[in-house]
Amino acid sequence: MTKLLQTLVDGVSVGCLYGLIALGYTMVYGILKFINFAHSDIFMLGAWVSFIVARALGWANPDQPGSLGKALFVLAAAMLFCGVLGFIIERLAYRPLRRAPRLNVLITAIGVSLFIQNTGQLPWLLGTQPQRMPALLPDSTLLTVAEVQIRQVDVVVIITVLVLMGALEWLVHRTKVGRAMRAVSFDTRVASLMGVPVDRVISITFVIGSSLAAAAGFLYASKYPGLNQPAHATWILLGLKAFVAAVVGGIGDIRGAMFGGLLIGMIEFFGAAYLSPHLKDVYVFSLLILVLLVRPAGLMGKPVLEKV
Amino acid sequence: MPLLEISGLDVYYGAIHALRSIDLAVEERQIVTLIGGNGAGKSTTLRTVSGLLRPTRGSIKLDGKSIVGLPPHEIVRRGVAHAPEGRGIFANLTVDENLEIGAYSRRDDRAAIDRDRERSLELFPRLRERLRQNAGTLSGGEQQMLAIARALVARPRLLLLDEPSLGLAPQVVKTIFHIIREINQAGTTILLVEQNAHMALHVAHRGYVLEVGRIVKSDDARNLASSDDVRKAYLGGV
Repeated sequence: MTKLLQTLVDGVSVGCLYGLIALGYTMVYGILKFINFAHSDIFMLGAWVSFIVARALGWANPDQPGSLGKALFVLAAAMLFCGVLGFIIERLAYRPLRRAPRLNVLITAIGVSLFIQNTGQLPWLLGTQPQRMPALLPDSTLLTVAEVQIRQVDVVVIITVLVLMGALEWLVHRTKVGRAMRAVSFDTRVASLMGVPVDRVISITFVIGSSLAAAAGFLYASKYPGLNQPAHATWILLGLKAFVAAVVGGIGDIRGAMFGGLLIGMIEFFGAAYLSPHLKDVYVFSLLILVLLVRPAGLMGKPVLEKV
Repeated sequence: MPLLEISGLDVYYGAIHALRSIDLAVEERQIVTLIGGNGAGKSTTLRTVSGLLRPTRGSIKLDGKSIVGLPPHEIVRRGVAHAPEGRGIFANLTVDENLEIGAYSRRDDRAAIDRDRERSLELFPRLRERLRQNAGTLSGGEQQMLAIARALVARPRLLLLDEPSLGLAPQVVKTIFHIIREINQAGTTILLVEQNAHMALHVAHRGYVLEVGRIVKSDDARNLASSDDVRKAYLGGV
């Protein structure tokens, strides 16, 4: 029972993070129909920028107690930084390719990803040394249920993701710009004929997706404080799993991304706890293969008929 | 001065020379129709006016000012609304949201937008019953009505209509054309592209006949409708 609950808490909390990253993949895909491979690097930068901001403000001292205010400040800083970076990347790397074949954009995305990873490793930037994210949240147990310690960080992760998710839902379904985003994702050309400035909508999409990935980076670093170097495979693997979450949920579908993230998190943690921890990545990618075989449009996606 | 004036327009669609030196003028408050067979370049003309395609030569002037090279949303802001071929309904949005998107470029106050929205719904009462419905669930005729209503919410001075009769039952076509005339009588200038030359020439003031990228004839709609070669080629007459 204890093990079950503990696995559930971890699965939900990491699953929420996958979902948060998956949103960026799915939103960009929904509008531009390409996979932004640099998205996992934005997530990585979100974690690293959080670390750098916290250190610069002198909050890395382990003697100082953390506080929710500090955590929120660092979260906001990381989101802002990555939002601006997402805007710049779209502007410089993807916008010039708007009329180019999709494959060119895809290759460019891989290029951007490698560029971020490798410049990140430069000694005067992030370097190649792993770092430790300071605990901005008091590392306390919030409550104990059936001998399971529910840590504050897990609660913060889940609540933050719920709030961000709610804000995104509101934005997409209740505001003018959200309506424009949905219109652009359905038919870019017609949206432009209706007076929607398509390029601006695309920029906004990148800013939102990137800042959500940054939030995920901060939360991830809060839960797992060991920060690997920028080009380390763990970041790529985490990004890849979030991408799987987006595909499993139905790429292009916002709720699907969140649902896919939770599902992936659960399968990973339950598989690791009850089957074998060595195969936890295998469960995730097996699920991907299964979904692609049975329901290629994803669990919540609607099949699209290709127009010929 | 005509509201829309196109002169010497050349447009390429990839390697295809789709429009060859087109001259066309739309006077304020008129309905001008562009008729011709499949692939004649009718839709290409509209797409070039609304900025989706760029001409290689020639000019397009709205109110005497060139609009060539402007992005589509900027052209909408200057008063040109385009109800595209195939209707271009956002099937993932509700009918109401589709209408709201039509008003996207407007910067005036909410009350003015609501007035125009209301006027559009008066023209198409069937849409009012379906406001909360996903637009993808509408019938073909209703989707065409929505496409026109949505374009009207932008409060255009020039309305571009691309094949509004396509795939609709004759009775629905009649209704749509009746409303097109009503919209024009309320003051909106219309450039109408149609394969149904009979209906188009019936509502239009002027007509242009397009054949493989060239304008081969232009005249008052009434004269065109009674001219022998037009009757033979497009009206199924003898």
